[in-house]
Amino acid sequence: MSGERYTKDHDFLRVEGDIAIVGITDFAQSQLGDIVFVELPAPGKRVAKGEQLATIESVKAASEIYAPISGEVVAINDRLESSPDLVNKEPLGEGWLLTLRVADAAELEELMDEDAYRAFLESEG
Amino acid sequence: MSESFAPRIPTPLEKTPLDALHRALGARMTPFAGYELPLHYPAGVVAEHIHTREKASLFDVSHMGQAILGGRGAAEQIESLVPAAIADLHTERTRYSQLLAEDGGVLDDLMITRLPGRDERLLLIVNAAAKQQDFALLRQQLPQLALSVLTGRALIALQGPRAAAALATVLQELEDMPFMGWRAAEFRGAGLFVSRSGYTGEDGFEISVPNHLAEPLAEALLGHPDVAPAGLAARDSLRLEAGLCLYGHDLDATTDPIEAGLAWSIGKRRREQGGFPGYERIRAALAHGPARLRVGLLPEGRAPLREGAALAAPDGRIIGRITSGGYSPTLSRPIAMGYVESGFATPGVTLESRLRDKPVAVEVTSLPFVPHRFFRGPAGKDRS
Repeated sequence: MSGERYTKDHDFLRVEGDIAIVGITDFAQSQLGDIVFVELPAPGKRVAKGEQLATIESVKAASEIYAPISGEVVAINDRLESSPDLVNKEPLGEGWLLTLRVADAAELEELMDEDAYRAFLESEG
Repeated sequence: MSESFAPRIPTPLEKTPLDALHRALGARMTPFAGYELPLHYPAGVVAEHIHTREKASLFDVSHMGQAILGGRGAAEQIESLVPAAIADLHTERTRYSQLLAEDGGVLDDLMITRLPGRDERLLLIVNAAAKQQDFALLRQQLPQLALSVLTGRALIALQGPRAAAALATVLQELEDMPFMGWRAAEFRGAGLFVSRSGYTGEDGFEISVPNHLAEPLAEALLGHPDVAPAGLAARDSLRLEAGLCLYGHDLDATTDPIEAGLAWSIGKRRREQGGFPGYERIRAALAHGPARLRVGLLPEGRAPLREGAALAAPDGRIIGRITSGGYSPTLSRPIAMGYVESGFATPGVTLESRLRDKPVAVEVTSLPFVPHRFFRGPAGKDRS
């Protein structure tokens, strides 16, 4: 399966084969405000869906990111160490957080596609 | 994301007279001390913070309490509640002080200005969250004086090195005002109160304006090319860099002014004569040093440590706690303030805190993190 998937927690996943690039949505970064630090897990870490995965610190507060699906952390975005503001500038691009090897493809089916996410955002707004 | 993006608003929040302007400017609003106030504008907190340090920013601080305490002997009598020397405060001068509880704990911090005129009157500016309690205390403790709460006035802070030049394009003849000075001014036929003060560490002004003229005044100031709006988030990061206490965080009823590092705000006469609540505790702290002290803290690395984080000595014993912590846009690093046992309150001492179960080294440092740049007057005179 391929394409972008979204969670109700405003995470996005771009799935290529069995690898998912994970980040937060533009809406999420705009709500967090200026991001000053991103704490990412070590590659190789296995997480179950819903487990704590990363922490994003904005000027004002820390926000936890929970694993949108189960899997193994393959790579993390090293550039965020020196440039955490990439998450603000390009959340869906250079500001990605990490990649996960998908453990259970069925979990992807439970996530929203772009149209569904848009409708979800509007219903929340 | 664990954060709820739908703000829950428990009770009806008050709006300031600048509410419509904030929304027109694209502010993200947030509940604060019973008011709906701008957290930041589209530029974002870091840009607003840096703009304040480099040029000038306009903050809406209308939520703060404004009142006039009047009557014969008002200046002398308020000394029974605060440790600052107010009886000898000159007309049109402002002092920072604290309302104290019987045990010397701080009930609130406030600005006190002696107003000109035949009658003896003090202008008081107090914190939003404490204002009802402050005004009740003043009425109860000083029943012979008249307390008029100024509910019909907004308060605008214009802060930054370009504040005086920008204000001069809207109001005349205020540039030579000294730091902690006060003037009456006029805008469209109405009376303004202008104080050269603020809470960012920069030169600046706080302007009390009748509600109906708050928006025209704010728009006139924002019309200056060097002035941009800034929200509560930037106000907080600016005052943290400036090493200034935020009531309810770095100061509260469990804190006395000496351990908070506010001994400078207590005049020599008052230290010797006393006559304010908690004098015994404060005299002892002045004589022997307080058991704990407020210090600056520099966490190692890039992750901010937040309010509430414990501070441990090298032997693992908890010897303090962070009361304000965040990210410094000026220094591009995390900074914090907190209280530590006095034996550890020395710049260069290394303590340990924990962030998400990982140890973080924290260095004790002096305050402020960013030097104050208050306006000392054309002749470089200090506050009187």
